[in-house]
Amino acid sequence: MDPARFTRMDENSWRIEPVGAMRVPAIIYASEALLRDMDDKVFVQSANVASLPGVVRAVYAMPDAHWGYGFPIGGVAAFNPEEGGVISAGGVGFDISCGVRTMLTGIPISDVRLLQRDIADSLYRQIPAGLGSEGAITLAPVDMERMLKGGAHWAVEQGWGDAADLERIEENGAVAGAHPEFVSDRAKKRQRREMGTLGSGNHYLEVQEVVEIYDAAAASAFGLVPSEIVVTIHCGSRGLGHQVGSDFLAEMLPAAEAAGIVLADRELACAPIRSDVGERYLGAMRASTNCALANREILGHIARKVIRHFFPYTEMPLLFDVSHNTCKVETHRAGGGSRELFVHRKGATRAFGPGHPALPEALRGVGQPVLIGGSMGTASYVLAGMATSEEKSFSSACHGAGRAMSRHAASKQWRGREVSDELYARGIIIRSPSSRGVAEEAPGAYKDVGAVVASAEACGLARKVARLAPVICVKG
Amino acid sequence: MKTENRGWQHFSHGADLGICGWGPSHDAAFEEAATALTAAVTGAEVVPAMRVDVSCEARALDLLFVAWINAVIYEMAVRQMLFGRFAVRIAGYSLSASMWGEAVDRGRHEPACEPKGATYTELAVSRDAKGRCTARCVVDV
Repeated sequence: MDPARFTRMDENSWRIEPVGAMRVPAIIYASEALLRDMDDKVFVQSANVASLPGVVRAVYAMPDAHWGYGFPIGGVAAFNPEEGGVISAGGVGFDISCGVRTMLTGIPISDVRLLQRDIADSLYRQIPAGLGSEGAITLAPVDMERMLKGGAHWAVEQGWGDAADLERIEENGAVAGAHPEFVSDRAKKRQRREMGTLGSGNHYLEVQEVVEIYDAAAASAFGLVPSEIVVTIHCGSRGLGHQVGSDFLAEMLPAAEAAGIVLADRELACAPIRSDVGERYLGAMRASTNCALANREILGHIARKVIRHFFPYTEMPLLFDVSHNTCKVETHRAGGGSRELFVHRKGATRAFGPGHPALPEALRGVGQPVLIGGSMGTASYVLAGMATSEEKSFSSACHGAGRAMSRHAASKQWRGREVSDELYARGIIIRSPSSRGVAEEAPGAYKDVGAVVASAEACGLARKVARLAPVICVKG
Repeated sequence: MKTENRGWQHFSHGADLGICGWGPSHDAAFEEAATALTAAVTGAEVVPAMRVDVSCEARALDLLFVAWINAVIYEMAVRQMLFGRFAVRIAGYSLSASMWGEAVDRGRHEPACEPKGATYTELAVSRDAKGRCTARCVVDV
């Protein structure tokens, strides 16, 4: 994008002044280089979101923002129900509550190197990934209802998780206000055999080495030790969430029309929060969030079993589990006071700063862990939320590198086998059912995650704690 | 099947993938676009071993196209199947279709992605002056 289109606020903040139908400004956080590389669609989509009813303060785009569906991916917007605020299925996305969890192991990388291939093969066998793979769990209707209400708590009750994890999961493992009855039968049928599965696309399970510490005190509080490995899982609510997204996207188009909302883009399909469709979507979206939390808990359980097969009695405490496709009710400052707002984060991570009451006691002094995914061959980062992010972005930060190249272009530029071989030469083992899938996810198809994270830190969204390097990557 | 009169292609989208089908009728364009969806998952042959019938409806022709692609995605997901042949019949804003395919064979099909849903992005259903129909949208994968 051309920087001249913006009012430059500082080195890393760019403001789109409210014009036309825009009710509030839009602010993009990025270095000038990242901004120049961003698709013009980020400008258009941010301005469109800023035109929706009940939007407050400003719309924000994170340093990894790119062209999304209605909302830019990397977009944050908050709506006040008392001012006719809306909820948007597109603003949450098709993969509801897609997110990342990282588990500590205490195992030195030197021990893992000796067994790296065996661990990779075992994880690949045990973690169902991609189309055509099935989990070991088949949900009966009564279990489906319990899972959609109980989230990770349900998984723990079934013996597929650890109770100690719960306080390290956003919403303590289950979001309140879930209404399984608003989830369609088709969505439930789609999920029946998908619990404990990874999915495909950019979803992955990685074994990673802690290679660099930036903030020793925060790293110590998080349990991150140089040269030890961690296990990170990136996935979401699987078929159930996808179907809920499709179902309500279709339903919200006429709902917006009926409410007199003029949409600049049909992907912005939305409904007033205080409406029948809005409340049903909230109930179904929260149930989908619980599905994602349960799914990641189960995947974590499977990963623990595999790691303990090679390293018996290994403790694998959960560092944190945080989603980046959500709409949450949170209290933020807007309009001269504190308000209960519906905060949409589409490809953006909640990033509460130190002292926030929602954080578990052990993390409260440091700030919320913000987990930033890489792309097979590149680094991932652990950040910590900063107090300044409240004013900057409703306590939000980036979520990953963001694609720099389409899948179509990537599959023409690289061959999966060559990508796997090149990464193997660098000490990274890839396991995937699809060579083309690996090519589409080639590290070169993504932006420089280091630049994204540096920009997030410079903006005061979240500060760097540690850098992680991939050792094993299982992809769907 | 790719001839002068009908065919499909993929087009680029930032994070996902566009599918486009064209033919002498909207029925044919929808069939070709569904073939493009399958080709996004696999480059291998899909054997027409089993028939699945679907139907859907919408308020407009382009929304019917989204409903159709979502119907194919749904059957792929719940049946763990891929489909290689489609017969679509559109009447007004209602669609009924038969599609033929087989169970996913991960070794042979090497599925590259798992489609999540059709989107309204780049959504268009049209007929040009020469009578060629086109249907396209971006699919979230």
